[in-house]
Amino acid sequence: MAVIAEPVAGKRASRFQFILDRRDVLGAIFVSPAFLYVLLLVGVPFLLAVYYSVSAYTIYDPSWRFVGLANFRQIVQNPVFIETLENTFLFTFASQFLGLVLGKFGAFLLLKPFPGRKIVRALIILPWAVPIALAAVAWQWMFDSLYSVINWTLVALNIIDRSQAPNWLGNPHLAMLCVIVVNAWRFFPFAIVIFLAGITSVPQDVIDAATVDGAGFWRRNYQIILPMILPIVAIGLIFGIVFTFTDLSVVYLLTNGGPVGATSVLAFEGFQVGIVSGDVSHGAAISLFMLPVLFLVVIAMLRFIRRREI
Amino acid sequence: MQRAIANTLRGVSFYGAVAFFVVLTAFPFYWMVITSFKTNADLYDISNIPFWFNEAPTLEHFRYLFEQTMFARWLLNSLIIGVCVVAITLVTALPAGYSLARMTGRSGEALGIGIFLTYLVPPTLLFLPLSRIVADLGLQNSMWSLVLVYPTFTIPFCTWLLMGFFKAMPVEIEEAAIVDGCSLFGAFIKMVIPLSMPAILTAVIFTFTLTLQEFVYALTFISSTAQKPITLGVATDLVRGDVFFWGEIMAGALIASVPVAIAYNLFLDRFISGITGGAVK
Repeated sequence: MAVIAEPVAGKRASRFQFILDRRDVLGAIFVSPAFLYVLLLVGVPFLLAVYYSVSAYTIYDPSWRFVGLANFRQIVQNPVFIETLENTFLFTFASQFLGLVLGKFGAFLLLKPFPGRKIVRALIILPWAVPIALAAVAWQWMFDSLYSVINWTLVALNIIDRSQAPNWLGNPHLAMLCVIVVNAWRFFPFAIVIFLAGITSVPQDVIDAATVDGAGFWRRNYQIILPMILPIVAIGLIFGIVFTFTDLSVVYLLTNGGPVGATSVLAFEGFQVGIVSGDVSHGAAISLFMLPVLFLVVIAMLRFIRRREI
Repeated sequence: MQRAIANTLRGVSFYGAVAFFVVLTAFPFYWMVITSFKTNADLYDISNIPFWFNEAPTLEHFRYLFEQTMFARWLLNSLIIGVCVVAITLVTALPAGYSLARMTGRSGEALGIGIFLTYLVPPTLLFLPLSRIVADLGLQNSMWSLVLVYPTFTIPFCTWLLMGFFKAMPVEIEEAAIVDGCSLFGAFIKMVIPLSMPAILTAVIFTFTLTLQEFVYALTFISSTAQKPITLGVATDLVRGDVFFWGEIMAGALIASVPVAIAYNLFLDRFISGITGGAVK
């Protein structure tokens, strides 16, 4: 209809105009640059990663020889890898759980206005906003074996003695605790924000109606509000689990996988083997172990969101 | 009387809990600030109270950072990378987000969810093949490799973000422009883009902060000091052998953190409605 409204310059131009004015054609043209970029630099590398994992490719021997599932078999037989796998699950679920609990509690505090709420919110957002690599370095300094401010405080409060001050990143169990806490610390502001967005989207009259019908505080919270905000929480949890399960930076910067592999996680192991040691095919195979979990999480969440909508 | 005591108790426990959260989140940053302004003699003395200055504060670490290290170069690198990635992202994600928002029916929705899912494909799955692709293009050890690779997550993110905003924009605006003689493409350029400036600004800010926050690709592709972006440089390049220059590291981290923190706080609400709005509505 725009063709009618516009003066037509020539035959070629009019045909061109006609194509640009069709919604479906223009829509396809509009999507294609983004689609191609993602296809070429996410889709193709993804397939390459899958192929690496079934080939004998290293940076010293860049052959594309197909070896089937041999890489995977070797990896699974390595007890160190099993420990890495366990670490990854522990790291992900412990830090997400801690993050959700802190997030729910924090959101509850920030829900009602109080003087200084804006400033408090701005400060609470910090761990999530600031680049995690930089925050991780700050934590590394706080966990320093000699000058740790945490140990200084514990000594000053007479809780521990200077001679038995814990070496946070040097003890296998404490190191795991540290990476979990730092990761939960980084994610819980995001959880707060997600919970807040969810709770404020619940219509007030629903809550009022429940109150009139005699629902108490806990009932309102867990039987009215929580089910209504679940879709938003699910989205937040997708992000949280995916980004924690595949994260490398916290472990790399805080503990470098140590001491003796105690905090090594899948992404870190893939990096060590594939990039540092140059054994690309084994590195790719290790990284691919992340895939089934990612898949399950995403599918479960998407189905869950769909069902809620209807 | 009893009620007054109960109220006070409730107030105290409330503010106590708030204080707990603020200390938990903000202390590492306070620690950054304190460390970066302390003299080395003050820093490395266990008998000093670490929470405050025992000697006069100093700018020595900042001076060292700018004069003896490539810090200024890293800042510039990050700026160049950020601006280029923002440009690539806008040119591709803006039309894509618009088109996906206006596509009716199942295919549009499926494509939208598909783009969202690519945002969830982690860098740690792709870095091996991408480092090969980067090497084949002759970009290894160059910051331009990051300009090439960063749009792989900023495009999906911004497409999703912008799609949500465009969905909220009434289609009648374009129809009015078309009736007035605009082509569909003209309506997009002359009406839709100027009206969605706030959304575009949000996309720009978040693309830029995402490039500053990224660490894995930078770590994988870049090893020479002069090519590093700021996050990577501060986190990996200020350690000589086993010696950490904590004052300098914290000063660098502080300078790099401040703009991101401010941007997030200003644009937080838009960000949240962006990532949740497209999915839940």
